[in-house]
Amino acid sequence: MLRYSLKRLISLILSLAVASVVIFTVIEVAPGDPATFMLGVNAQPDTLAALRAELGLDASKLQRYVDWVGGMLTGDFGTSYTYRTPVSQMIADRMWVSLPLALYALTLSTLIAFPAGIYAAARRGKPGDLAVMGATQLGIAVPNFWFAMMLVLIFAINLRWFNAGGFAGWDNGLWTGLQSLTLPAIALALPQAAILARVMRSALLDILGEDFMRTARAKGLSRRQALWRHGMRNALIPVLTIIGLQFSFLLAGSIIIEQVFYLPGLGRLVFQAISARDLIVVESVVMLLVFAVITVNFLVDLAYAAVDPRLRSRT
Amino acid sequence: MSRNLILGLCLSSLVLLAALISFVWTPYSHAALNIPAKLQTPSLQHWFGTDHFGRDMFSMIMVGARTSIAVATVAVGIGMTLGVPLGLTAAARKGSWLDEVIMRGNDMVFAFPSLVIAILITAVFGAGAINAIIAIGIFNIPVFARITRGAALSLWEREFILAARVSGKGAARISAEHILPNVANLLIVQGTIQFSLGILAEAGLSYVGLGAQPPTPSWGRMLADAQTMVSFAPHLALIPGFAIIVTVLGLNLLGDGLRDWLDPRIRVARA
Repeated sequence: MLRYSLKRLISLILSLAVASVVIFTVIEVAPGDPATFMLGVNAQPDTLAALRAELGLDASKLQRYVDWVGGMLTGDFGTSYTYRTPVSQMIADRMWVSLPLALYALTLSTLIAFPAGIYAAARRGKPGDLAVMGATQLGIAVPNFWFAMMLVLIFAINLRWFNAGGFAGWDNGLWTGLQSLTLPAIALALPQAAILARVMRSALLDILGEDFMRTARAKGLSRRQALWRHGMRNALIPVLTIIGLQFSFLLAGSIIIEQVFYLPGLGRLVFQAISARDLIVVESVVMLLVFAVITVNFLVDLAYAAVDPRLRSRT
Repeated sequence: MSRNLILGLCLSSLVLLAALISFVWTPYSHAALNIPAKLQTPSLQHWFGTDHFGRDMFSMIMVGARTSIAVATVAVGIGMTLGVPLGLTAAARKGSWLDEVIMRGNDMVFAFPSLVIAILITAVFGAGAINAIIAIGIFNIPVFARITRGAALSLWEREFILAARVSGKGAARISAEHILPNVANLLIVQGTIQFSLGILAEAGLSYVGLGAQPPTPSWGRMLADAQTMVSFAPHLALIPGFAIIVTVLGLNLLGDGLRDWLDPRIRVARA
């Protein structure tokens, strides 16, 4: 287990290093000089030079890369060109929208998918199973931002149960905050729930065919008892892996959903920064998202290997 | 043929047909503005209604299908032309440093949040169909490399490959002449799935303004345009959404159906 963990840790660090180089390079070759963008094309050359020096843009590429990575390792993400505030502060503020949204959506997705998947597996081949499977096919095909628009149309515009967009903040109480995140979370959760329900169903069906399930039935357990006592635990392994992977999908997927609902999260921050050519913000937020995704995948791998020793030898 | 396959085939060909016909005929010009006729609901004159500029929605959907299909085709093409040879090479040189490098590189691309990187690429190099294609295509490479290698590895153990080696064929020739035809089925099925994911990705990128640019119609941008008008003209949002759903659903059913149809083992197991 230790050997496996170390191997995975090295590949994690390697991935992050490559990711940082790729992101830095992409941003480097991006057309448009931030200093020119901030001062306008008519700026005096010496003013430009002074600003470039202040922003640290005159240092060599390698020096700037080292500064950027070194800064991030110590929690210093640099200073935004346009807002003149520390990027770490901006990220921390926005994180309070994006992270709860992703977690909320993950909870909803699990709450929908588990009963649906178990129900379908228990009624394999019967109308109930076909209905669930048909619904999941549809769920996978629906673009989440379109579904979000439909939710707004029905629940915000027609029924007026929720606000169509914006974020009330956490200061007015947990409930107000959750209310502004409910429609976005449902929109994000639905396609993921469809995938998860299918995984849950097929994992359970695999288990139901195992010898130990027949033994459980033979010793006198009912179908239901055998399913809950012996089936669920084994089926949970692949399901948990998918849940882990979905968290990263949700975090990244919230970028588009935040646009639909005008939520002040990381996704909107990226888009605002892109249009303002605030490259340090783009660079850092993208790196942070990549870091979150790669790290979650790493933790899922470790958890998986801890549960199932056969995987350790495989890498 | 299963129900899935037939339904998938029908839906997919419907969309493909609409795209092909749009080259020679659309009910109206998709770009023709007709302000007096704006925001009409579906009628006999305008089957899908008109948008806020009075443009015919049916024509825009037809031409939009073209954009979606073009982007997804090229993106899957990039993934296949680069991913399949990489997978074949890795399998032929199993266990060597080359295999290791290819597979670790794959894992790395795989671990990246594709949407975030696609947004980064299109944002930095400019929004447009070409950059969207590249961004979506890059993430198709590891998918095809991985599936090709996995299938090729088990083939390399088979007797007919041994026979080919004994007859003096090199690894490259065996890969091209014997391995590739035998993994083709798998690639077609995966290609269909990636195609539907490509359609969804293109719609998402266009929706946030990073995909095909005006005047090229695209379903994602039609949805973005519709967003502020959804309260008084819901058909503007409903119709492009249904177009995406029909296409993606059709392709997914087609992929599932093809997999069952092309894999005789599953057919036996079901019978």
